[in-house]
Amino acid sequence: MATAPALKPPNPSAFARWRADHASQITDLRRGVYRFTRNRLSVIGLLLVIILIIIAITAPLWIPYPEDVTGSVNMAQRLVEPSALHLFGTDDAGRDVFSRTIMATRTSFAVGVIILTVAITIGVTLGSIAGYFGGVTNQVIMRLTDIMLTFPGIFLALAISAALGRGIINATLALSVTWWPGYCRLVEAQMLKMREEDFVAGARAIGASNRRVIFRHILPNLLTAIIIKASMDFGFAVLSLAALGFIGIGVLPPEPDWGSMISAGRRFIPDSWWYSTFPGLFMFVTVLAFNLLGDGLRDLLDPNSTVR
Amino acid sequence: MSAAQPLVEIRDLYAEMVTFDGVSKVLNGVNLTIHKGDLLGLVGETGCGKSVTAMTIPRLVPQPPARYTSGEVWFRGENMLSKGGEELRHIRAQHLGVVFQDPMTGLNPVFTVEQQMVDAILNRENHLGSASFPRGWLPSNRERKRQARERAVQLLRRVGIPEPEKRISAYPHQFSGGMRQRVLIAMAISGRPELLIADEPTTALDVSVQAQILRLIAELVREIDLTVLLITHNIGVVAQLCNRIAVMYAGNVVESGLTRDVLRAPKHPYTQGLLRAIPSEEIERGELVGVAGTVPSLLNPPPGCRFAPRCGFAMDKCREAFPPTVSVAPEHDVACVLYPEAVQVSP
Amino acid sequence: MLRFLARRILIIPLILLGLSLITFSVSRLVPGDPVKLAAGPQARPEQIIRLTEEFGLDRPLPEQYLMYMTGLLQGNWGYSIGNRREVGPDLITYFTATLELTIVSTLIGIAVGIPLAVVSARWRDRWPDHFSRFISIGTVSIPVFWIAIVLQIIFAQNLRLLPVSGRFDPRAPFPEIYTGLLLIDTLIAGNIQGFLTALRYMIIPAFCQSLLVIALVTRQLRGDMLDLVRKDFILVARANGIPERVIWLRYLMKNALISTVSMLGFVIGFELGGSVLIEYVLDWPGIGQYALKAALLLDFQPIMGSTLFIGCIVVIVNLVTDLLYRVVDPRIALS
Repeated sequence: MATAPALKPPNPSAFARWRADHASQITDLRRGVYRFTRNRLSVIGLLLVIILIIIAITAPLWIPYPEDVTGSVNMAQRLVEPSALHLFGTDDAGRDVFSRTIMATRTSFAVGVIILTVAITIGVTLGSIAGYFGGVTNQVIMRLTDIMLTFPGIFLALAISAALGRGIINATLALSVTWWPGYCRLVEAQMLKMREEDFVAGARAIGASNRRVIFRHILPNLLTAIIIKASMDFGFAVLSLAALGFIGIGVLPPEPDWGSMISAGRRFIPDSWWYSTFPGLFMFVTVLAFNLLGDGLRDLLDPNSTVR
Repeated sequence: MSAAQPLVEIRDLYAEMVTFDGVSKVLNGVNLTIHKGDLLGLVGETGCGKSVTAMTIPRLVPQPPARYTSGEVWFRGENMLSKGGEELRHIRAQHLGVVFQDPMTGLNPVFTVEQQMVDAILNRENHLGSASFPRGWLPSNRERKRQARERAVQLLRRVGIPEPEKRISAYPHQFSGGMRQRVLIAMAISGRPELLIADEPTTALDVSVQAQILRLIAELVREIDLTVLLITHNIGVVAQLCNRIAVMYAGNVVESGLTRDVLRAPKHPYTQGLLRAIPSEEIERGELVGVAGTVPSLLNPPPGCRFAPRCGFAMDKCREAFPPTVSVAPEHDVACVLYPEAVQVSP
Repeated sequence: MLRFLARRILIIPLILLGLSLITFSVSRLVPGDPVKLAAGPQARPEQIIRLTEEFGLDRPLPEQYLMYMTGLLQGNWGYSIGNRREVGPDLITYFTATLELTIVSTLIGIAVGIPLAVVSARWRDRWPDHFSRFISIGTVSIPVFWIAIVLQIIFAQNLRLLPVSGRFDPRAPFPEIYTGLLLIDTLIAGNIQGFLTALRYMIIPAFCQSLLVIALVTRQLRGDMLDLVRKDFILVARANGIPERVIWLRYLMKNALISTVSMLGFVIGFELGGSVLIEYVLDWPGIGQYALKAALLLDFQPIMGSTLFIGCIVVIVNLVTDLLYRVVDPRIALS
């Protein structure tokens, strides 16, 4: 393995110093990458995710019928079967299902990122406070978390969303509220463990303030757990958003959304089966990709998971 | 010296381990012989290959990442390296017993000791299939199970578990470490194996318990005609218990023979260093002697004799090739170039 | 043990109280008039005023909350503006339908999930492992409402093998109710025709619901078994010559089943939540559907009722699971 050089060159560059300091972590990372690439499914997931992100970002540039995405109506082309012109067929207003499906990817990804960001922010903050300070603060926060976790996820999102009304902002809000308890609990548990570890006492001994201890010393260790959970949650966040759209309390028409497209297409099955089928298929592949990637990341990063 | 065929004969065994960082040449031509009735102590530092060597006999070394590149391992006249599957399982059940280092994790926590011992006993008699549902309910099988249970109780009594008829129905976590190790020994000898391999069986136990367990093993050697291969890093244990000793260093057996011969007059520089390192009353205060240098990396081992870099007597010849094993006295072999007049025993 | 039990039971009312407060706030503080929604666009203003008074919706909010909670403690679950029926009996009826669905899908999920996990752990990193991991990740990625529709298209409409939706054939006589679980009730009454009908109607919903269970069980169990396989006692068993088959099917299985039990509470909680979509798409008259309709109408008494009911069920299920786990795992049971 890497052995320390007997003589150091004078004034090693900052990068070399950083590399030396983090040598063991770099090794771990390389080892992890090696393991990751051995797992075919994870690699497939990664590739798909990259492709999908590229699709999502570049979509407006190349979708065949950009005008169909927002509200143009073309009754002459109503409910046309899938063909070379319309890969996924057209819907009941003559709009190209393919273009709308692709554009819905953008919305879903954006919302997914927002939901998780908000949820993580709230959850991590509350969890850190609860875990670090303990006592009454802990009890209050964790009981609240418990209550919210008693509610099966989708149920809660539906309830809040239904109450707040339709629209993508409300849906995003509702979903964020559903997700933060998971992170709160995760962080609190880790925090409790870490609080007792020696390096915290060490930092305190040199006079670090509470806040500093939390942010500089403890959080980086939690990062792995959070990343794992977030990568697994992303797929579900997208699914939940679509579910809300399906019921009719998410994205508003004529914005494209997988859920509302599937729902709208129900009226026309079985004759115009493509209307409901293709958006769902695309959504399935998307969620699958993220879940494969997330599963692979979990195997990679989770210290508790089995090592080869 | 017995003219009969040795129970175990390992000849020129080379083995590698494929790791992320490279290929580790774990065994570098190991030669080891065990005769029936021996209590052989295999000593060496951590990482010298003693466990790999010993566990090759029952083929318990997981094969990736390990690879055997050449050599032979004979047990009861059969080459164990060629065995696999059902044959191997059969040999393990009928002729071998293995005891591992950590008794705390060696028993399945969700089954009682009785269940595990009965399984082991029936398996060794080749009746395991009949123990389980649904054939387990047939009267003949129930009788078998009852007999197995009795035998288990006897075995537990023999290894020193008090009140075995009661304790047998308990779960492993209700036993102390020492007791668990006794149970594991009982399971290992339940089939009257010819060879018992004990891999540091007492390292994880308290000192007082250590002595008891070792004494138990010594008694078993006499009582049931057991041959034992004892792996340990504690030379003191070997001195007390074992009639033969083999010293390993970085993948080779560097010295072997009768314990009293080797310990009284060690011939290999490494063995000499080891023995010098043991504190005794003769040493002045403040004078701790070790063996200079560190164990070589097995990824890139030094050519020839792997001890050469640390050896005070090293010559150029040592680095050319690994020294042949020579016999400096009856029952005393060394792998060193320092004794050119001796009779060569193996390449 | 008893102290543990007592502590867990005492916490339940607190959790439910918190739940009720949150649900109440959410359902009453948002814009929207349930009476108008229920009465419809044709309603006359006098009707609306009358209904509002009748349901106490004009009183101050804290008073509404107290009224509801006191009624609840007396066993009165309230009244639904939406369908003009009492909430309590409806909750029971609808819940038994969900219960039946949940039981069947959990059984299917475990029956498929356990073998998949064993296969996956046994042949780790070879194709059976990849296959079963793909299945486990795939099933959890499928949008459940979409697959329900697709199955409807294929089996109900194209192949005409299975009914499109609902729980029972509306043209056939509805079976006698003993337990509320149709599959059992029909068997009790010896009604084989009814049993078969109920079964046919259950296939698509149960399949969709079981997807999630399969995913959860396989993933958890595979991980657990891989951890177990590396444990020393497995090495000892091999050293003693115990056949692989016995090691997998007996030793590892028992350890793994214990993990499955500990997971069940979580799984069932999930299912209760996830049933909402399935019941909506396939018109399965379960509590999810009931709650959803109430939510869309801002019909606050059924909302409160179903929320608290489900919350209660989930908490109880988790408690039972914990207890079961403690009993089943000898390490805990005997310490």
